[in-house]
Amino acid sequence: MTRICGIVFVALGAMGTLAAQEHSYTPADIEDGSRVFQSTCAGCHGQNGDGVAGIDLSRGQFRRGTSDTEIIKIIQTGIPGTTMPPHNLTDTQAGAVVAYLRNMATIRRGASPDVLRGVGDAARGKALFEGKGQCATCHRVNGKGPRLAPDLSEVGATRPLPELFQALLDPDANIRAGNRFFRAVTKDGATITGRLLNQDSFSVQLIDANERLVSLAKANLREYGFVKSSPMPSVRDKLSVQEVDDLVGYLVTLKGAA
Amino acid sequence: MIHAAASFRGPARRSIARALYALTLVLIASGSGVIQAQVTFERLLRADQEPQNWLTYSGNLSGQRYSPLTQITPGNVKNLELQWVFQSRRPAEPAEKFEATPLVVDGIMYTVLAPNHVVALDAATGRMFWLFSPRISQLARVCCGRVNRGLAILGDTLFMGTIDGHLIAIDAKTGRPIWDVAVAKPESGYSFTLAPLIVKDKVIVGPSGGEYGIRGFIAAFDAATGKEAWRFNTIPGPGEPGHETWTDKEATAWKTGGGPAWVTGTYDPALNLVYWGTGNPGPDWNGDPRPGDNLYTDSVLAINPDTGALKWHYQFTPHDEFDYDSTQVPVLADITWQGRPTKVMLWANRNGLWYVLDRTTGDFLSGKPFTKVNWMDGFDEKGRPKRVINPTTEGSLVYPNNQGATNWYPPSFSPRTGLFYIPTWADTYSTYTKGPAEYKEGNQYVGRFPTMAFPALATGPGSINQRLPEEGYGAIQAFDPQTGQRKWEFKMADVTDSGVLSTASDLVFAGGREGYFFALDARTGEQLWKANVGGQVAAGPMSYSVNGKQYVAIAAGSALFVYALR
Repeated sequence: MTRICGIVFVALGAMGTLAAQEHSYTPADIEDGSRVFQSTCAGCHGQNGDGVAGIDLSRGQFRRGTSDTEIIKIIQTGIPGTTMPPHNLTDTQAGAVVAYLRNMATIRRGASPDVLRGVGDAARGKALFEGKGQCATCHRVNGKGPRLAPDLSEVGATRPLPELFQALLDPDANIRAGNRFFRAVTKDGATITGRLLNQDSFSVQLIDANERLVSLAKANLREYGFVKSSPMPSVRDKLSVQEVDDLVGYLVTLKGAA
Repeated sequence: MIHAAASFRGPARRSIARALYALTLVLIASGSGVIQAQVTFERLLRADQEPQNWLTYSGNLSGQRYSPLTQITPGNVKNLELQWVFQSRRPAEPAEKFEATPLVVDGIMYTVLAPNHVVALDAATGRMFWLFSPRISQLARVCCGRVNRGLAILGDTLFMGTIDGHLIAIDAKTGRPIWDVAVAKPESGYSFTLAPLIVKDKVIVGPSGGEYGIRGFIAAFDAATGKEAWRFNTIPGPGEPGHETWTDKEATAWKTGGGPAWVTGTYDPALNLVYWGTGNPGPDWNGDPRPGDNLYTDSVLAINPDTGALKWHYQFTPHDEFDYDSTQVPVLADITWQGRPTKVMLWANRNGLWYVLDRTTGDFLSGKPFTKVNWMDGFDEKGRPKRVINPTTEGSLVYPNNQGATNWYPPSFSPRTGLFYIPTWADTYSTYTKGPAEYKEGNQYVGRFPTMAFPALATGPGSINQRLPEEGYGAIQAFDPQTGQRKWEFKMADVTDSGVLSTASDLVFAGGREGYFFALDARTGEQLWKANVGGQVAAGPMSYSVNGKQYVAIAAGSALFVYALR
């Protein structure tokens, strides 16, 4: 698959930068775009923009166009030979959709620019990530670090800011589907715990603490089920408020390979 | 639109026809051939007398998806093995799910590859006789996948509806089009995804397009000419009965009122009635522009197939705001109801309830939830549900979710076990948030999409499931219509878009999104056999035999898999 270098961008209101855009979007543009997206696009693309296999609009990367103008045209004319139909939207409406798509990761789930504050110093945050915070003990970034915990290489592009704070301070509050841990006990009495990669009616697939990909037949298990709490410890009592802000300041810079 | 049977023109076609003729002679000479006769309507009426064939979408006109074949049994089903696979000729587009149920007529299988490629195959080997690929208009738009669920046959003619609103008659021997009628405008959101239904000399279809503000209909066409014989508007216009259930002041909502009819109906020859389900009103998730019950959306209609006249109707979900299409196969069964032999209709609805209706009168006999339901709380004496939840601007949590507790996936009824088998999305929910809806021709006219834990469409390669059990699961459930009791449930970790087949040897076949195809004991639900088909099952299984060997076929991913005993 050809990887097209697109624009990956998260609106960071407090940092006041919209540098990667062709246009400056107002919060009203983005809100308008959100409404049009929900009524027109979400049926196929899903609420989170990832409803069509292989396409995740929330990442701001588009296969068939990079500029706003190109994406507006695709929305209006559709893509012949695919399931993407033409849409009878004005330039303003389609432009608002693009504004929303560019900011989707940040805006969705109710986050709005006014909550995007408290982001600290990225360099200090990186030092905390690799040192005192002990984040790098479990998490992997840009090819370095262990694989059991979620890879954070793109966390700044895929998570709204409030979710980053929440994940650090209250990690049990919202465990995303791909980050759930699973525990299985075999009929031989061996216990296997790992991050659940997949499950079906007859089997489960995990990555375990030794980074082994393990597939288990349920028929061979004595008991199995999800681990309710996250293995991630809260940093609430470990880091100061400023240190948490700095850590988040680093995480929002992690947007994957350009 | 131009339709062409590519590669089958002129001399090439004649030489292939000669080759087929020679091949037929060789087969008959070798003793492995099958007598091939025209498919009269009498044969469709008596499909149970030729269990080797599968002549209609549901196997019989009662919609039971029940095979009288008995070679494969609970005792030997573990010995099923793959006989052949037919791959789509090219990788399917993400939304081109393989939803078709094949027909089998005297050793020849006919099926449709998404979106509208028709093939004729040797049912014993999977080798292809011909391919017909009509050119589909770029104006075609479908809400939920470029799909087709199958064909109908009468005489030597196959019938297919297309996603750009055409109905095409195709020569079953050659794959060449006989006639092609543009029935409805694709640019307005009309499409055909269902298998047509043959009743007497007519071909009956209904459109998809409930998300585009269409005005739905059920229409019959002369099988010989394609000429429209009658049309019943599922959204009645001024002066027509039912129009009074559209009460907006502007008196315009009916024009974009939806009511598609995108799943094949059934037929009772003794009553001479066709039964057909209708879909959601438009806009889907904001009912404010269309006050009233919105007949005949989310209803079953009993129609005289000779005239198109409505005999009776029952509306499952009045003034629907949850997209609870009643586009399911009406399953006709003759059972004992409260001590008396009764002609009933069994209906597992997207709204989470399964119903028993008197199919002679349309009377409501019973309605019970088959999964968690919170949008209604019981029925009044006439069988009208008591609605307790509406969408709000803040969001309303509703069970079942927007895809429904079931959907178009065909259920099954076994006259032997007396059980009704329902493919189920269990305990799923959506948050419905009322949003603005503005009609523009060809655009989606819906309100605001609800949220769901499950993707509405499972497309593309593989399937990853990391959901918690309380976020919902899939199941095949068996209910006894006489008692209303659930007999068993076979749970799956993921939901299922599979239909169900039951057989006269008390087996039930089904699959799911996980990519398994399996056999269950029809009386207990015990799993007896499974195969990994490597892609989601989003089609109804069927069974047939050739030269005394029973086969079971299922479409999964972008391929058709056929099994028989080793």
